[in-house]
Amino acid sequence: MQHTRTQDTLVGLFVAAGIVALFFLSLQVSNIRSFMPADTYVITARFSNSGGLKVKSPVSVAGVRIGRVSNIYIDKETYESVVEMSIESKYDTLPEDSSATIYTAGLLGEQYINLDPGGSFDYLKNGDRIEITQSAIVLEEVIGRFLFQKAEE
Amino acid sequence: MLHFLQKLGSSTRTNFAKLGRATYFLGHTLTGIVDVALRPRLLLNQLHSVGVLTFLIITISGLFVGMVLGLQGYNILSDFGSEEALGIMVAASLVRELGPVVTALLFAGRAGSALTAEIGLMKATEQLSGMEMMAVDPVNRIISPRFFAGFLSMPLLAALFSMVGILGGHMVGVGLLGVDDGSYWSQMQANLDFYDDIVNGVIKSIVFGFAATWIALFEGYDAVPTAEGVSRATTRTVVNSAFAILGLDFILTAMMFGDI
Repeated sequence: MQHTRTQDTLVGLFVAAGIVALFFLSLQVSNIRSFMPADTYVITARFSNSGGLKVKSPVSVAGVRIGRVSNIYIDKETYESVVEMSIESKYDTLPEDSSATIYTAGLLGEQYINLDPGGSFDYLKNGDRIEITQSAIVLEEVIGRFLFQKAEE
Repeated sequence: MLHFLQKLGSSTRTNFAKLGRATYFLGHTLTGIVDVALRPRLLLNQLHSVGVLTFLIITISGLFVGMVLGLQGYNILSDFGSEEALGIMVAASLVRELGPVVTALLFAGRAGSALTAEIGLMKATEQLSGMEMMAVDPVNRIISPRFFAGFLSMPLLAALFSMVGILGGHMVGVGLLGVDDGSYWSQMQANLDFYDDIVNGVIKSIVFGFAATWIALFEGYDAVPTAEGVSRATTRTVVNSAFAILGLDFILTAMMFGDI
């Protein structure tokens, strides 16, 4: 076959360009770090209402993401929402009396869990449960209460 | 009425027979991986005609699709005052859907039709029978290298399409419309997941490449060996590939991204 070398070069360039594109997509476009299966430990929290919280919603302390929600299910007896969170192992100094609150990022943004560290020197371990929780704010409830108050005045 | 039923039954049977032949043909093609491994030159030649020659149309289309997404996205997002989300909008639509799907449709039009016409013409001019006479298996020798070339090229082409598209969106959004450069990239990185978005996009493009190449090669191999037969086979390739790609896309999307 004629021009074999040119053809080889073109094929080589094509494959190289394709691989560069794959790397570009992985490194520049996506958050590859979250793919690294970092060591995590699981803690749970019970909320009377977990609102729009979803699996993979962020869990943060002071605005820094330290883990993700890994599972949400309902307790059949107490009708509470049980939220399991996978926290990265390097953040293993969360005090036992920390509290969990469900916040909304912005007015219409996604919901996330904010952990407020307490003062205890015992730290949360795998499988532990956060006792102090505050449920998601449901906008309809707030508006309803506000209107009710207005009507009473 | 009876005539109608007869026709229905006959065409159903024809279609099932064709599907059966196609499945057998796919199995036969896959066994050709031995020949491809022994003669990498065959694969390289096909990578050139399937991949390299499709490169240009893919990158140019990708650039324009990205630029259009940049413009349209900006117009809509600026109504809500959230132009910074342009990056994630462009990147998510390209990586998840448009990259694999549009690349596969272009691939079927550019490379698939060429494959069908080439194989169909080889059949019409009895080159395939000639090989058989020389005790060379035409499927392993002719079809398999083309199949694996298509299968390997598609993910690379789709990744190129997405990359060029994102850069095109950047060009329009950041260059012309004044979206902030930093938020274009950071919003993208914060919201696109490597596994959920990039890997699923690549899986999609591999599946589409498999389907489009299989259809193109089978239609060529199964073509009626006349000028008209080859032309019909080429048309069928493009039509059936488009159906297969869009149908598979729905199924894959439902599996990957849907909460179904």
